[in-house]
Amino acid sequence: MCQLKILIMLAWRNLWRNHHRTIIMISAVTVGVWAMIFMTALMRGMVTDMVRDGIQTLPGHVQIHHPKFRDDPSVNNLMLTTATELNNKFGGIGFEAWASRIRVPAVIASERESRGVTLFGIDPAAEEPISLLADDIVEGRFLRDETDSGVVIGLKLADKLDTKLGKRIVLMSQDPSNKIADRGFRVVGIFDLDLDSHEESSVFAGRATIQKMLGIEDRVTEVVFLDGDYRNVDSLYKKISELAGPDVDVQPWYKLDKYLGMMLNMMDGFVLVWVIVIFLTLSFGLVNTLVMAVFERIREIGLMLALGMRPSNILGQIIVESLLLLVIGLTLGNAFAWMTVESLKGGIDISAVAEGMAMMGASSILHPDLQIGDVITANIVVLALGFLASLSPAWRASRYQPIEAITKV
Amino acid sequence: MTAIRCIDLCKTYYQGGQEIKALDHVNLEIAGGDFVCLSAPSGGGKTTLLNAIGGLDRPDSGEIWISEQRIDKLSKSELAQLRLHQIGFVFQAFNLIPVLTARENVEFVMQLQGVPTNKRTKKSKLILEEVGLHGMEDRRPADMSGGQQQRVAIARAIVSRPTLVLADEPTANLDSHNADDLMKLFVELNQRHNTTFVIATHDQRVMTYAIRLIRMLDGRIVDDIQQHTT
Repeated sequence: MCQLKILIMLAWRNLWRNHHRTIIMISAVTVGVWAMIFMTALMRGMVTDMVRDGIQTLPGHVQIHHPKFRDDPSVNNLMLTTATELNNKFGGIGFEAWASRIRVPAVIASERESRGVTLFGIDPAAEEPISLLADDIVEGRFLRDETDSGVVIGLKLADKLDTKLGKRIVLMSQDPSNKIADRGFRVVGIFDLDLDSHEESSVFAGRATIQKMLGIEDRVTEVVFLDGDYRNVDSLYKKISELAGPDVDVQPWYKLDKYLGMMLNMMDGFVLVWVIVIFLTLSFGLVNTLVMAVFERIREIGLMLALGMRPSNILGQIIVESLLLLVIGLTLGNAFAWMTVESLKGGIDISAVAEGMAMMGASSILHPDLQIGDVITANIVVLALGFLASLSPAWRASRYQPIEAITKV
Repeated sequence: MTAIRCIDLCKTYYQGGQEIKALDHVNLEIAGGDFVCLSAPSGGGKTTLLNAIGGLDRPDSGEIWISEQRIDKLSKSELAQLRLHQIGFVFQAFNLIPVLTARENVEFVMQLQGVPTNKRTKKSKLILEEVGLHGMEDRRPADMSGGQQQRVAIARAIVSRPTLVLADEPTANLDSHNADDLMKLFVELNQRHNTTFVIATHDQRVMTYAIRLIRMLDGRIVDDIQQHTT
């Protein structure tokens, strides 16, 4: 304890012997840590926006389908249980939100154009807390209820079909006996999403209306659940798997939308690589500072060894010196990063590059997302790599022969 | 009781391709409480012998015994422990740690020894008074004269009551007045605490203080005289 105290005292005082050098190094660590954390928060914010918007556009957290539906997403693979039976099964569980839907491939035709789309038959009331569709309506209205006879289409699809609000379109799909099922609808609402692909290919209509059109009575193709944090859906997935039984296919969102799932995993890996790359750059400065500090103090180190200080204590002293430097830099870097993120809480307008961002499903306002896990990762990486970087000069200092060091000119 | 025993010590350096015999079959025995001066011209081997006795340098051959413990075969860490607990050092220059105050420099060795804070503070205060540095406890080396710095180094060397104090040219950077004061202090401490002092010097005035004067030349002891203190 006594020895640790003197090591810390010596390290601290030695740190301020050449205060210019120390301040420059602390500034470099501070800026590096700030960059690590703030840039990570920005990228995390972008990915969080993309994933959250992606999840809240349709997938929810967990979905149930007929076991063959994912391979052949058609009306032939309806769930065996009816919407009413599903309501009895899941209605009283207390999920944050859940809804049953029909999702089938269809063709939409205006008087000028036709396109292949995915037709969703939804219950707007149940769907509201799961997806942001109602909030994204830019013209007209969202569906009123599951018996609504109108359709809601995306802005881009409307453009491609050369149609607009109030116009009639025809939707065609197959019924369970593989016969054409079609029906005319009026466009009652147009939505605008960040994710262009959804805007071009998704069409929403009332669930009961679509059930009637397809002749499938009260049957649905999927049930979607939302509960808790989208990052931790494993317990929800387990719970639903147990409730749903063995005859259905239960999948979490990151398996249903592999692009989004991959984005999240990639981001975790990217954060680590980013933090390591920045610190590796900083570590050259750190090693240089320590080498110079050791070089300037060779005679002192020799004296301390001559007086009976163990080589391991010399090693410890240099490492403590490095860690003190890093801890000061980390504290300031963390504080500045936090302050920067707080001051940009309202979001950063990146509309200048909004077109490119929209292609990836991100919005034009970037909200930095400071996550404690990222801050901890950055701090651990800085301390661990800083410790490793200081080992070499510290080891060299501890290997000096006392008498050679004392007489060094 | 024998404080130091050197048996057939040899140490050779190579400088610019030339062989220099720093210690050439040196045999020496110093009794506990003795006050010895090692005298030699530059390159005569006195500092090499002093460093070997202090465990700062290893001989090529021969044996070194300190208080009945053979030290020439000890590991780095064991030598550090020996120096910490049994030997006090006073060097010619760069004696003090610049970032520590006089009191902290004196307490440094005790701190490494694990002496509790209150005991350390008490001892360092007393010893600084003893070497005439009362009131200068909180000064850093840069704020002290060369003589005052050497006194701090002496205080540090003797504060934990080592059996042996080794001083290498302790007066080399001091004026004659400070050098005399310092030697008087050495003699006083030697008599009061019965600590063995071995001082390497080529300063004639320092030699007059020694009880025993050992002269070296080309790594060999050429003269060993018992003399009275002044």
